[in-house]
Amino acid sequence: MSILINKNTKLLVQGITGRDGSFHTSKMKAYGTNIVAGVSPGKGGQYVEEIPVFNTVEEAVKATGADTSVIFVPAPFAADAIMEAAEGGIRLVVCISEGVPTLDMIKATTYLKKKGVKLIGANCPGLITPDESLIGILPGNIFLKGNVGLISRSGTLTYEMVNQLTTNGIGQSTCVGIGGDPVAGLYFQELLQMYEDDPETKAIVLIGEIGGDAEERAAQYIKDHITKPVVAFIAGQTAPPGKRMGHAGAIISSGSGTAAEKIAAFEAVGVPVARRPIEIPVLIKEVMGR
Amino acid sequence: MKIHEYQAKEFFSRYRIPVTREKVCYSVEEVLKTVEDFDFPIVVKAQVLVGGRGKAGGVKLARNVDEAREAAQKILGMNIKGYTVEKVLVAEGIKYISEFYVGLTIDRNSKSVIFMASSEGGVEIEEVAKENPDAIHKFVIDSDLGMSDFVARKIAYKLFSDPDQVKQATHIFQQLYQLFIDTDASLVEINPLVITDKGNLLALDGKMNFDDNALYRQSSVAVLNEPDEDEKKEIEAKKKGLSYIRLDGTIGCMVNGAGLAMATMDLIKYFGGQPANFLDIGGSSNPQKVVDAMKLLMSDKNVHVVMINIFGGITRCDDVARGLVTALNQLDVHIPVVVRLSGTNAKEGLEIIKQANLPVVNTMSEAAQEAMRLCVGCNQENKIKVKV
Repeated sequence: MSILINKNTKLLVQGITGRDGSFHTSKMKAYGTNIVAGVSPGKGGQYVEEIPVFNTVEEAVKATGADTSVIFVPAPFAADAIMEAAEGGIRLVVCISEGVPTLDMIKATTYLKKKGVKLIGANCPGLITPDESLIGILPGNIFLKGNVGLISRSGTLTYEMVNQLTTNGIGQSTCVGIGGDPVAGLYFQELLQMYEDDPETKAIVLIGEIGGDAEERAAQYIKDHITKPVVAFIAGQTAPPGKRMGHAGAIISSGSGTAAEKIAAFEAVGVPVARRPIEIPVLIKEVMGR
Repeated sequence: MKIHEYQAKEFFSRYRIPVTREKVCYSVEEVLKTVEDFDFPIVVKAQVLVGGRGKAGGVKLARNVDEAREAAQKILGMNIKGYTVEKVLVAEGIKYISEFYVGLTIDRNSKSVIFMASSEGGVEIEEVAKENPDAIHKFVIDSDLGMSDFVARKIAYKLFSDPDQVKQATHIFQQLYQLFIDTDASLVEINPLVITDKGNLLALDGKMNFDDNALYRQSSVAVLNEPDEDEKKEIEAKKKGLSYIRLDGTIGCMVNGAGLAMATMDLIKYFGGQPANFLDIGGSSNPQKVVDAMKLLMSDKNVHVVMINIFGGITRCDDVARGLVTALNQLDVHIPVVVRLSGTNAKEGLEIIKQANLPVVNTMSEAAQEAMRLCVGCNQENKIKVKV
């Protein structure tokens, strides 16, 4: 078991003929992800890496039974692509594109909620169930199959953390990068619950960052609903207020959204917070040993 | 992106939201010429892209020409939190009987636009939120429904009881929402919205911020951008695919990815150092980016040592290494550089770095400690406090 994706996942790549789309299609395929179709309007009938390309998601789903989609289209068209996926019969949409306008994301998340379709991202690295399916731009070689579920707002910091876990012999059930935008799809609560319900996951690593109050809400949710051990890390302990740290969502505004508040919220509910990435495997061993 | 009060109120006017009679002025002479047509008292308000100007003395009432001159002289050129006042807004004074707050922003949790309203206007809304959160009414706006008549009316009744004022408020709220949507705003505020002595609603002050991701389709907003010196540097960097924010420390950082960049800054601080910047070189494998990033770091005279922390995913470590060697050949780099490369093509990258005789470390922790060791001028006292 795992969450969201596994070896049976049938993936569709939207924007498969683009520079990023085609590059990562070959990477995902090499990892072993079951990619059944691509979509690129006007390029229907072509093949990329022996994968058939269609003009619309609807056609692709009908022809191949794709159930999950990953989006590599430019930001101005990303929200439309997300909604096309949901309308076309996809059950889980993963949007990698960076720089999608917030109002577009509000429209897309509202539509997907109505359709009962799950979304990860936008502006995220994707997700992986090691040895089964990799969706997005994650470097597959650093992951190890195991029992730790990971949720993160960041990309390369996730790789750093995973690398710490893997080199310490701690494998992962599923790792999900939820993205750094203010309005995004699945967030901490939903994913915490999925890990709670997944028998393979024994402990959870949560990687947050400054901005918003999602970590504080997650802490409350852990207190109320999660029985499995959770450890956390918060990036941006030294970030100054009012400055957007790369991610649109990573900004301390009017004194709230600071790392100190988030760390305090986790520690108040008994979730240990690593001060440095190197402490994550130590904390995980501690909580799993209990 | 932020705009000035007078620009926000120009948007309000275009959306038929009543504002005071006012004009932006760039000199004392212009202020004096403007007040010839205005009825006293007038208010002279500093136009700067930072909050707290009232407390800093950037807002003054004037009852006659002499006072107007004095106010303009004092405010123009004044420094408010590092910003020099280059323009003032001259507005006709308004007699009002009560003040309210209304604002629209993005609510991350409901993934919606949220409307906030309070009868405690005129003060900083963050303070109201802290001290008396119940005084702020919040309405999550259903994006399908928008600000339909009944929604706007419902909010209006929370603040007003007089039927005519409810009607005026309903109109203002609907227009404000439309403005928010039309301009891809991230924040629109009227604070205060006042009831004048004649019973009319009017926006006395206004504020608008915009979604940077949407500026490509908001040309009328984008032209209003007035970046300060630091922001100009950030914009220059952005054109080269770099995300850069200058800070006050001595250790220059070059990292791929925003989260890892923040974690790198945190680690430097953990070991007693001060990061000189946030710098995310992004996720592509272009050696030129590394050259540009190095140039940027070298342009900051406070940087005593450079720490490069790369975890290759899409970014290939050998490309970063090649870019770094090019940069060192092209630029006059006379300060230590510490390099950590992991992930995609790290082995190849490290080989290139070794051939260039640069110190190589294996983990980000080692990199931060090595940077601290090599940092001449970093605080020695802080280093002793470190537990390893």
